[in-house]
Amino acid sequence: MNGEAIFYMLVSMVVIWGALIASAVFLAVKPEVAKWPAGAPADGESQPLD
Amino acid sequence: MSASSGPAATTQPAERQQWSGQIGFIISAIGSAVGLGNIWRFPGVAYENGGGAFMIPYLIALLTAGIPILLLDYAIGHRFRGSAPLAFRRLKKWLESLGWFQVMICVFIAIYYAVILAWAASFFVFSFGQKWGDDPSSFFYGDYLHLADTAGFSSDYISGIVIPLAAIWVLTIAVLALGVAKGLEKANIIFIPLLVVAFGALVVRAVTLEGAADGLNALFTPDWSKITDASVWIAAYSQIFFSLSIAFGIMVTYSSYRRRRSNQTTPGLVVGFANSSFELLAGIGVFSILGFMAHEQGIAVSELSGLKGTSLAFITFPKAISQMPSAAWLFGALFFASLFLAGFTSLISIVEVVSAGFQDKFGWSYRKAAVSIGVVLGIISVALFSSATGLYTLDVMDNWANNFCVVLSAIVMSIAVVWVLRRGRELAFHLSSLSTFKVKTTWLALIGVVAPVMLLYMFVQTVYSLVTEGYDPAYDAWFEGLFGWGTVVACVVGAAVMTALRWKHDPDRFEPWPPYAAPPARLTAGK
Repeated sequence: MNGEAIFYMLVSMVVIWGALIASAVFLAVKPEVAKWPAGAPADGESQPLD
Repeated sequence: MSASSGPAATTQPAERQQWSGQIGFIISAIGSAVGLGNIWRFPGVAYENGGGAFMIPYLIALLTAGIPILLLDYAIGHRFRGSAPLAFRRLKKWLESLGWFQVMICVFIAIYYAVILAWAASFFVFSFGQKWGDDPSSFFYGDYLHLADTAGFSSDYISGIVIPLAAIWVLTIAVLALGVAKGLEKANIIFIPLLVVAFGALVVRAVTLEGAADGLNALFTPDWSKITDASVWIAAYSQIFFSLSIAFGIMVTYSSYRRRRSNQTTPGLVVGFANSSFELLAGIGVFSILGFMAHEQGIAVSELSGLKGTSLAFITFPKAISQMPSAAWLFGALFFASLFLAGFTSLISIVEVVSAGFQDKFGWSYRKAAVSIGVVLGIISVALFSSATGLYTLDVMDNWANNFCVVLSAIVMSIAVVWVLRRGRELAFHLSSLSTFKVKTTWLALIGVVAPVMLLYMFVQTVYSLVTEGYDPAYDAWFEGLFGWGTVVACVVGAAVMTALRWKHDPDRFEPWPPYAAPPARLTAGK
């Protein structure tokens, strides 16, 4: 492979897969808001990351 | 008095189905987004539009239109807790017709999408003996499809397509009849990891093939001259838009099955980036194989043909599989299994949009909706697409359903929500109140300005081209009229008819949560 193609392939992988990993980690660390708005209806129980 | 505004029933609807948890929803949404287009469309589009340089408009399109509209779908479905027709009606009564328009789009997409899965299932079996022989093109069009010389109607039904197609509809009905948590979610939880393993194994093998580097050079070497070409940007927005399953009811329906207290935006980011991650993986796999194929033939990758769509999957790939130095059957089986799994998890999401619409409107149980709708769509699908002219019908219907109807639906949705009804701030409030990643004015600008402008440009360009030049000179005008423009007319008429019918349960007895207090200046806007 030529150097330019390798560079752009790696950059694409780091950016896109990195964004996926970062968002997944963010979700795992903060699965839900600290305080829900008041008065949720009957089916409003929390659904934490399972 | 219209039937839809007639006396409301007093009985309460059954409790809304729910995903078992956040991961079930995320995997199902990824299953819907990752489909055939990720494998057979993205690599070719990226290659034709600047290679490595294409990734810049692609990423910008993802961040400025793809993810913002995905979140708009989530916000509408989750806040108004219904299938597309119900959620849009609760947003504004007259918008119910947009919901049914999206349901009708899903009807048309489902009936032709299923037949591609039938082909993939057949080719999975054919892989074990490379039944396509030395000439995959003749095999696909002749021996397998029995393709007629001209487009039209044919009573020459192909048992090799009818049987797998019927089986796919039976499987679809079975999954949907089990409900959201036990059917849709379980199917995705089984199939998506299988897809990742199968396709991952295929990519690992592909990159170690002789000549793979030539393919990756062709895909990733940037052509910076393309970056100033408007058509490249349109291609990037189109790819993102069609790939993410947005604006035709799927994500509205899926998010309506989430509990009230559930994080909205971060799962949206995960789904959006997971879809693009799979596309990138597909690009690496597909172009490694194309590089190998070019190497075997002693030509450059640029001299290869059939780099997208059905010809890539059912002609170019079988050709490459036959040239594999070892375990060609395994390679073929992995590829067609991946194609099937990616497509099936999308198909069930498309049919669920139709099923959910009927459940909400007529109070049907999910079993009744799955069986009734699945049987009707299955019969139409077999009747139209398993004959000797099925490929032509599929080609024309796909072009109008996707490039015309879905784009139109997205434009109407964003303009209606942001500009006509001025409910964008309410939806931003909804997302931010429940989510760890907040959306603000930038999101409103993206869904209200950037996305509609790009979509409008795409739409005008498509319509102008269809009106002035037609779609494909190989088709007669009556054929394009019937299956192309006819699809649009059927979506509009179907939406109008369904909107006019009476709801089983009063759809308007509903209070969105969390309650939103509009700023004083906007209290009357759009009401």
